[in-house]
Amino acid sequence: MTSTDQQPFLSVKDLQVHFSTEDGIVKAVDGLTFDLAKGQTLGIVGESGSGKSVTNLTILGLHDRRRTTIDGEILLDGKELLSATEKELELLRGNKMSMIFQDALASLSPFHTIGAQIGETYRKHTGASKKEARARAIEMLRRVGIPQPDVRVDDYPHQFSGGMRQRAMIAMALVCDPELLIADEPTTALDVTVQAQILDLLKDLQQEFGTAIIFITHDLGVIADIADDVLVMYGGRCVERGTKEEVLRTPQHPYTLGLLSSMPSLDGPVDVPLSPIPGAPPSLLTPPSGCRFHPRCTFTDKVAGGLCATERPLLEVVDGRGSACHLPMEQRQDLFADLAGSRH
Amino acid sequence: MSNAQPLLDVSGLTKHFPIKGGFPIKRTIGAVQAVDGLDFQVGEGEALGLVGESGCGKSTTGRLITRLLEPTSGTISYRGKDITHAGRKELAPVRSEIQMIFQDPYASLNPRQTVGKIISGPMEINGINPEGGREKRVRELLEIVGLNPEHYNRFPHEFSGGQRQRIGVARALALEPKLIVADEPVSALDVSIQAQVVNLLQKVQRELGIAFVFIAHDLAVVRHFSQRVAVMYLGKIVEIADRDDLYGNPRHPYTRALLSAVPEASADDKPARERIRLTGDVPSPINPPSGCRFRTRCWKATEKCASEAPPLVQVEGNKPGHLTACHYPETEATVPAPRLAKDPEAAA
Amino acid sequence: MFRFLVRRVIGAMVILLIISAITFWLFYAVPRDPAMMSCGKNCTPENLAQIRKNLGIDHSIPVQYWEWLKGVFVGRDYTGFGRCDAPCFGYSFANNVPVFDTIMDRLPTTLSLAFGAAAIFLVFGVGAGMLAALKQGQFLDKFASSASLLGSSLQIYFVGYLAMFIFVAKLGWLDQPQDNKTLLEDPSSWFSGLLLPWLVLAIIFTANYTRMTRSQMVEQLSEDYVRTARAKGLSRSNVFFRFAWRGAMGPIVTLFGIDLGTLIGGAIITESTFSLHGVGRLAVASVDQSDLPMLLGVTLLAAGAIVFFNIIVDAVYALIDPRIRLA
Repeated sequence: MTSTDQQPFLSVKDLQVHFSTEDGIVKAVDGLTFDLAKGQTLGIVGESGSGKSVTNLTILGLHDRRRTTIDGEILLDGKELLSATEKELELLRGNKMSMIFQDALASLSPFHTIGAQIGETYRKHTGASKKEARARAIEMLRRVGIPQPDVRVDDYPHQFSGGMRQRAMIAMALVCDPELLIADEPTTALDVTVQAQILDLLKDLQQEFGTAIIFITHDLGVIADIADDVLVMYGGRCVERGTKEEVLRTPQHPYTLGLLSSMPSLDGPVDVPLSPIPGAPPSLLTPPSGCRFHPRCTFTDKVAGGLCATERPLLEVVDGRGSACHLPMEQRQDLFADLAGSRH
Repeated sequence: MSNAQPLLDVSGLTKHFPIKGGFPIKRTIGAVQAVDGLDFQVGEGEALGLVGESGCGKSTTGRLITRLLEPTSGTISYRGKDITHAGRKELAPVRSEIQMIFQDPYASLNPRQTVGKIISGPMEINGINPEGGREKRVRELLEIVGLNPEHYNRFPHEFSGGQRQRIGVARALALEPKLIVADEPVSALDVSIQAQVVNLLQKVQRELGIAFVFIAHDLAVVRHFSQRVAVMYLGKIVEIADRDDLYGNPRHPYTRALLSAVPEASADDKPARERIRLTGDVPSPINPPSGCRFRTRCWKATEKCASEAPPLVQVEGNKPGHLTACHYPETEATVPAPRLAKDPEAAA
Repeated sequence: MFRFLVRRVIGAMVILLIISAITFWLFYAVPRDPAMMSCGKNCTPENLAQIRKNLGIDHSIPVQYWEWLKGVFVGRDYTGFGRCDAPCFGYSFANNVPVFDTIMDRLPTTLSLAFGAAAIFLVFGVGAGMLAALKQGQFLDKFASSASLLGSSLQIYFVGYLAMFIFVAKLGWLDQPQDNKTLLEDPSSWFSGLLLPWLVLAIIFTANYTRMTRSQMVEQLSEDYVRTARAKGLSRSNVFFRFAWRGAMGPIVTLFGIDLGTLIGGAIITESTFSLHGVGRLAVASVDQSDLPMLLGVTLLAAGAIVFFNIIVDAVYALIDPRIRLA
């Protein structure tokens, strides 16, 4: 369980996820590659329809199999997941890899007590008795900071507050000490003071258990707080990768830059308009040709030959750092520096 | 704020939702104290931000001002005229001057009406016939909010979320209002779209001189949009001040904690902001804590906080117009108590 | 729970009281005179007055209603029929027997018919619906959907006569429907006599349950908490039966309560088709004969059944879903 393992713990290679719908084929994920080491947190940033949630349901094998075609490779600790059987996946889910969701109220069963739901996961994977599972559930609730865990263990989710429900959800996900935790916008529905508590909790737990975390969010502020590495998704593709510092300080892709500049801050200049990204996120039924961001990009005219509209820019990654843009790097750095200067 | 008569003057505004129960006959056994004794003013053309976490009563406040809800007590004056309990007829002229923009751009537009019909609806209801006809006015409005006037005959589902919110703004502008209550107008939108709508609202506010009550949970957005900001907690205003005073010199512990909890993407080069971690959740508004409602989560709370509700006043060191409801207001030097300031990163 | 029951039973009483008063008033709004009808050809004013007195209809409507209501709780003395013990719902105008006794006599058939058919359509309807949801989009699903569409478009009198012709007259597999014996008197004759009516009645209802169960299950299966259950490693069948089914049950229980309540008010067409002597045909006859006391009795039975099952449904709902608190 050391983080010096040469082989990455999770490795996703050229993942393609296509849904067939009545209106046509939705290319939800279109060629995604990333690695994640143990004890590390990868933040995936993207807006609605960027493919960030689909990617992670696919890792767990929870996509709708009848409507989905998948290509590529997902290796978890050396094991190929896309070709794994349902039975094999069941043994991994909740045990080696688990997931927490945005809406904890909807994501917990309203018909079973918190303790039963946590204990159930534990029993499924360890074969523990009901009594042992209950004791384990109480221990986990205490660990995630629920007051009076021996009493609250018999409560139903609707008797918990929003923050406590998300804590219970985390307790359930971590009850079998998973090595991979996928957190899909776990703090988006929470108030900021509670969000801060949950982020702190996740960081503490990660230190303790060495869990690898994939943290999906649309909020770059949350990324800054929790992630080690960042992957920015747009229209089903990765447009930029790097460490948190690299991506937030010196973004290389116009979309990342646009996201950063469009956000108001607590200490930036006021009384000047924000600089929004024009247009709206693309439809994945009829995605734009070439670079998917080109209809909204302000730099397309700086690229010779109209490449942006015709050719898909490749993601070139060196030492975990890279971006997918036709604009030559030197030119980008100059242009972006000007804009960043005017931002702060 | 100037001494001129404010556009909107709210005083002692209270809304309690009764809870029914009991046996054998149901009766009122308690109340959700959603909003409890609010005092604030909004000047002509001014943007007032209302921030707070869920359950603080900010949305209820918006609905009370627009009279979508009936206040339990207190008064709401619009241009010096008491409209707290005004009837339909009396309210009609005021209704056209106070408009509302809602959070959900999907649910707040009738899917069976064309955009033209939706935007001209308020004019129809109020029997207003602008020069050149309603259609011409609607096309003007579409232009103002950044939509193509040719989209007059389209239906809401043909638009994206951001565009739908623009339609909502155009509808609110149809009657040339003096005050717009915007309830979380951007929180349902994608990040890259939020800035578009914030800019639009700001343009409308500045160029048309419309006053705003801007309700949101996002402190950065509120800071960007508002000239004055009120922070609410459990149905009460805990602090209200000009934007720069509130964000630069927060005096209420809750304001401080709230500000310190906002994760910021761009803060990496600057010295780390102070971090205050509140414990627990917001208590229930059914049985709010006695005295100061924040005391159960406050690191400074004493006996006095439990017995005495702090008034909203200009505490020592505040500039005029900066009001704080706290017995022990923060000063620049105040360091939060160690038990709440545990920060593994700062320690490392 | 106790508070809930007390409150709801009181509420039910009030509802039944209102229904009885409205029925009473409506009956007299119709220009038919029950006394005239039983007076015969040589009717003199004196005779008529005497009959009115005997039937207990010689007062104003409110007084009559009061008398009737009193009878329900403390019994009543009729000049014509003598003592009628509580609960006295009056004497039939048409054949001079106590209403209560008549209904009690008809009730076993109605209850047998209702519960027997309900057991069948619940098991088969819900079963088929679950199967369809499990095999979404596959042959079994499509088959169940088509079959339920067919079932719901059939009529009892048509299927009933057809089934009697085929299974009783031609093939002789089933007995001629009859309700001479109750379950307690002779279980085997009770069963064989009612089997065909049960099956035919159930066919009509099963379709509803199949459709409802399927749509509820499909909806529940797409809920977030079902996804969570899968994400923690539970098997598909475990999630299907323990999570989704739990969520789907509520609306099915509601539908079942309403159907059962309605059936106990009488399955008029089924009873007529198979010549059974249940409450439904009694109701029809009492309307034909302007028999107010009988009509009132049957109406109250039907209303009472629906109100009763409503209370049961709400109580069961609270058992299924802990979010619902009874008060």
